Amino acid sequence: MMALAFLTQTLRIAIPYLFAAAGGVMTERVGIIGLTLEGYMLGGAFGAAVGSLATGNPWIGLAAGALGGLVFALLYGLGAIRFRADQVVVGIAVNLLAIGLTRVLLRFLYDSSSNSPRVPGFNVTSSGSGFGALAQNPLVWMGFLALPLVAWILYRTPLGLRIRAVGEHPAAAISLGVPVTRVRWTAVALSGILAGLGGAYLALDQHQFTDQMTALRGFIALAATIFGRWDPKRVALACLLFAAAETLQIHLQGVGAFPSQFVEMIPYVLTIVALAGVVGRAVPPAALGRAPE
Amino acid sequence: MMTREKFEEAVLPPVVALLVAMLVGDALILLFGQSPGAVYRMLLEGTWGNAYGLGQVLYKATTLTFTGLAVAIGLRAGLFNIGAESQLAAGGFMAAVVGLAIPAGVPALLLLPVYFLAAALAGGAVGALPGWLKARFGAHEVITTIMLNFVVLALLNYLISSRFKVPDTLHTRELASGRLPRLDAFLPAFHGSAANVVLLLALAAAVLVGWFLFRTRAGFELRATGLQPAAAEYGGVKVGRVWWHAMAISGALAGIGGLNYVLGYKGYYEEGFATGAGFLGIAVALVGRSHPVGIVLAALLFATLSQGGLAVNALVPKQMVDVLQAVVIIAVATSVPEVRRLLRGFRRSNDA
Repeated sequence: MMALAFLTQTLRIAIPYLFAAAGGVMTERVGIIGLTLEGYMLGGAFGAAVGSLATGNPWIGLAAGALGGLVFALLYGLGAIRFRADQVVVGIAVNLLAIGLTRVLLRFLYDSSSNSPRVPGFNVTSSGSGFGALAQNPLVWMGFLALPLVAWILYRTPLGLRIRAVGEHPAAAISLGVPVTRVRWTAVALSGILAGLGGAYLALDQHQFTDQMTALRGFIALAATIFGRWDPKRVALACLLFAAAETLQIHLQGVGAFPSQFVEMIPYVLTIVALAGVVGRAVPPAALGRAPE
Repeated sequence: MMTREKFEEAVLPPVVALLVAMLVGDALILLFGQSPGAVYRMLLEGTWGNAYGLGQVLYKATTLTFTGLAVAIGLRAGLFNIGAESQLAAGGFMAAVVGLAIPAGVPALLLLPVYFLAAALAGGAVGALPGWLKARFGAHEVITTIMLNFVVLALLNYLISSRFKVPDTLHTRELASGRLPRLDAFLPAFHGSAANVVLLLALAAAVLVGWFLFRTRAGFELRATGLQPAAAEYGGVKVGRVWWHAMAISGALAGIGGLNYVLGYKGYYEEGFATGAGFLGIAVALVGRSHPVGIVLAALLFATLSQGGLAVNALVPKQMVDVLQAVVIIAVATSVPEVRRLLRGFRRSNDA
């Protein structure tokens, strides 16, 4: 029973990571840095809350969540692709904008500086371990499918081949007639939708939107993307690993054995170690972060 | 001597950005049913219109000058230091921890070098690590500085909560000696505002950074590395060493910025005092075009915006300022390459 509860909690924590990291793989494989996952998630969480509150239908909330992520992805694309601005700078600004805009709209729509009213989510009947409730949430299943979907696109479709070509060698892709700009836009838009769904899961699961509710999950997803070396299978494992570490920390909290701050560090330390190449170097897509010619 | 073209390229993007930000600001203000003119007037009156508001602007601009200079040193070396927030926090933390061990009654002027060194070393160490990781392993500094931000802040929070905090707070004890005077000690009109003499340190730092970058051999090597690392390496510059040195200097500058809060304002270290100052430092360096004069001006601009948000909170939500700051950054980042292209095209058609 204990083991099932542990597993349930790990999966519950992992779902938003799986969504956002799927977006992370998508954007980084096309050569555009996934710094903005945090902003997409926040936009997605806010969109889901607004959509679900306005219609009372969580499915519409879900769609609005995807749209919320997409809006910030398009903005990032506008700066990084259309205007060829520095990805890091625009990316950071998009995150700041997501925080600011959701705050302003929270005040405008619900006259609150901290949280939205109660958001209708998917109806679930709870059981002992919570596993049954988890399994009834359609977003959970979508979360499990997000990275396999990205893997299928990347390795089994013409679009995926183009995405990988543009991410590794844009000049060669251009000379082969690949519409580089359109491929970049497509990948960035998909990334926004995927991470937006991760944010939507948070808002619908917690039944409200709260200021900065994503709480750095977008950066943990980015860490998982890098620690998983941009390979969907490994990235999924990285998400589960980070989620399991958090679950362990929650369980140990009562015992008071291990300070929570050290568990918080795990994804980030592992990412730095992976980049430094102590155990098998993480090599990013060759054109990552570079502006197209 | 700056040519007219260079001046246009440097000044036009921030001007364009401010205009775009004002338009977005207008739209948001209208959304809340207020008149843009009234809100902007209130914003100016609440910041530059009275000594208290101005003092708060100067206080915020002091920290932003340090983080802006820190980011600029990195940018000039071709590196993106996203870690200024944790370097700032580490600097302030180390200064406070050292200060806790110092008894009361020691003159502040005598202690300043000690605090200065503690803050610079702590910030410098946090900066040097990603610089070294890049030089040694090729690890991308953008990712490592972001990740290190979270690691260092978590570590500091742990140290504060487990060892140093006063019970039921998130801050350390107050320092017994070494606190620096606020501006209201000399100019009573500033009464109550946080502006303090660390402001002078910030200006001195800006002058020194300008001298270092443009008048010394090391500064030349740093800029050469930033412009074209391969060519610099061919010209005899040890690029790897420049990288980690630049990051160490960058981190040290951010770290010294911690004195503004710890010695000049509160007299203790508090969890979260650095929040946002790192990212805004990037905005400051960008809008200030990585030039010391530009950075001081940009720091004043962003400080005015954040203080101004508080001043207009009665009419429009202060969170509006977060949006405007983000819009300024996006507009500058996108208009820099765009303006350059337009100016080049314009000149070419003029020459023809």
